[in-house]
Amino acid sequence: MADIVLTEAPAAARPRRLGAVLPARVAYAMAIPAVALMVLTVLAPIVVMLAMSFTDYRFGEDAIPFVGLDNYLQLLNDRTFRRALFNTFAYVAMVVPGSVILGLLLAVLIDGLDHGGRLYRLVFFLPVTATVVAMAMVWKYLLHGTIGPFNLLLVALGLPAIDVFGDRSLALAGLAVINIWSLAGFNMVLFSAGLTAVPQDLYDAAAIDGMDDKLDRFFSVTLPLLGPTMMFVLVTSTITAFKVFDTVAVITRGGPRGASDVLLYTTYLEGFSYFRMGSAAAMTTVFLAIMLVFAWVQARVLDRRVHY
Amino acid sequence: MSARRSPYRIRPGQILAHLVLLFLAFLFLFPFYVLLVTSVRTPQELFTPDFHWLPVEFTGLKYYIQSVTQSPVLTFMKNGVVVCAGILIVQLLTAIPCAYALAKYEFRGRDLLFATVLFCLTVPIQAPALPLYLGLNAMGALDSYFAMMAPFFLSVFAIFLFRQTFKSYPDEIIQAARLDGMSESAILWTIVVPASLPAIAAFAVFSVTAHWNDLYWPLIVVRSNELMTPPLGLAYFTDVESGENYGALMATAAILTAPLMLGFLMAQRHFIRGITTMGLK
Repeated sequence: MADIVLTEAPAAARPRRLGAVLPARVAYAMAIPAVALMVLTVLAPIVVMLAMSFTDYRFGEDAIPFVGLDNYLQLLNDRTFRRALFNTFAYVAMVVPGSVILGLLLAVLIDGLDHGGRLYRLVFFLPVTATVVAMAMVWKYLLHGTIGPFNLLLVALGLPAIDVFGDRSLALAGLAVINIWSLAGFNMVLFSAGLTAVPQDLYDAAAIDGMDDKLDRFFSVTLPLLGPTMMFVLVTSTITAFKVFDTVAVITRGGPRGASDVLLYTTYLEGFSYFRMGSAAAMTTVFLAIMLVFAWVQARVLDRRVHY
Repeated sequence: MSARRSPYRIRPGQILAHLVLLFLAFLFLFPFYVLLVTSVRTPQELFTPDFHWLPVEFTGLKYYIQSVTQSPVLTFMKNGVVVCAGILIVQLLTAIPCAYALAKYEFRGRDLLFATVLFCLTVPIQAPALPLYLGLNAMGALDSYFAMMAPFFLSVFAIFLFRQTFKSYPDEIIQAARLDGMSESAILWTIVVPASLPAIAAFAVFSVTAHWNDLYWPLIVVRSNELMTPPLGLAYFTDVESGENYGALMATAAILTAPLMLGFLMAQRHFIRGITTMGLK
């Protein structure tokens, strides 16, 4: 009903609502504090960051030498940066399937329960609310090379001990496990919401059609109807995993020997540890560009979800 | 949803589901169990080659008391509260009127403003971090509460969320209030905002959780111990103590995570709603 009023308004509209004509300053006065903050904390800094990526500015120096695309060209050949980029994608490739499949499994199992669903949901959501840094310490001890309970278990089973965060081929996977643990419950809640929207009639119809097998029903009824939710969960999980920073900073510091270097951590070191602002800005631009691509996909997914 | 069929018949499918879920619940809870049990046993026990479910020597609240009296854990908590409260208050004061203007008024530039809000939604804090750091440094404001809060004063997410909420508020009531001679801002703050408290509460949970747990930004702008937030303080103390005193470390970690965990256990519905609104982001 609001839209009808809107379309009647003249093109060069003065602020109005349901026939009330208000001076323009009323609306502007309300929007201006937020607009000012938006310019100061987001828009202007991004413009400055983009401009800085074409310079070789170092924090603490007066000169701001313009270097054109040099920073970006150097990134192409920078082994540390390429490794960080590769590690980040590898990390996403482990966390997203892990947390999405686990979240879906939890949601479906809990949805089918006669009793106890609420308690299970509570348990699986608990890691989402936990402070990452605090739990990262617990995980560091859990997977510790000699005294960690995980290794005590391995040894008790007669297997060789593994130092997860000290092993170049395992460190990233160890971090991914922590993120799967903290993200699965979140995805479970999103899937649960999607499942309640699946009409019971469809299951009944499937049963009449002779589809008695649970797995069959899951793949031919539940999963297709969860499609929009699934896309949404995939994209949000990808964005979350892509922004991994805390566990890297607290547990591995990118080690051992760069094996768990990720994009945000490398950029953080470049800018705030080595204070090479120019090349850090170029790295940030790459990061932002990737985030914008994800966001664009997400917007399209959300759009589809509305029309579904 | 949960009682589709007779609950009194034991069916193998149900038992199997419970077995799988119980096993997974055990795995999910194990880190929390380790956190608590390590905080009440002596560190020496950790260096024995076998795992004990219960402490051989129960140290009670020893490490908690040690943590509270000998480390600045209470200062970290206070800083967490100050920073989260400061951020949330400014976010609400700026986002609510802006969202209301977007939802209920027509004005030149409204569509542009909303498009900008949508763009800003996709920008994570790491993107403007370098210039913000340089700006705060130029102001001489690094290493202060202001520096910790300033980048988060604007929440485009709050604007987005509240705009949706305000849009569905009936125009007739607003118009009636106008006819009663109420000012536009009085209508917003005394009529529309009280009616939108569920959305505001959900956002508050989201905001406080995000900033209580944030490591990235405090790590960049904070230098002095007196200003460290819970995650930063904890990360700093692991370095200093480097695993020599696991008991005290775990007790500290437990104390610093406790507020959010307790909040979650007491108000699960609000928490789940608040945190999953993140999904929209």
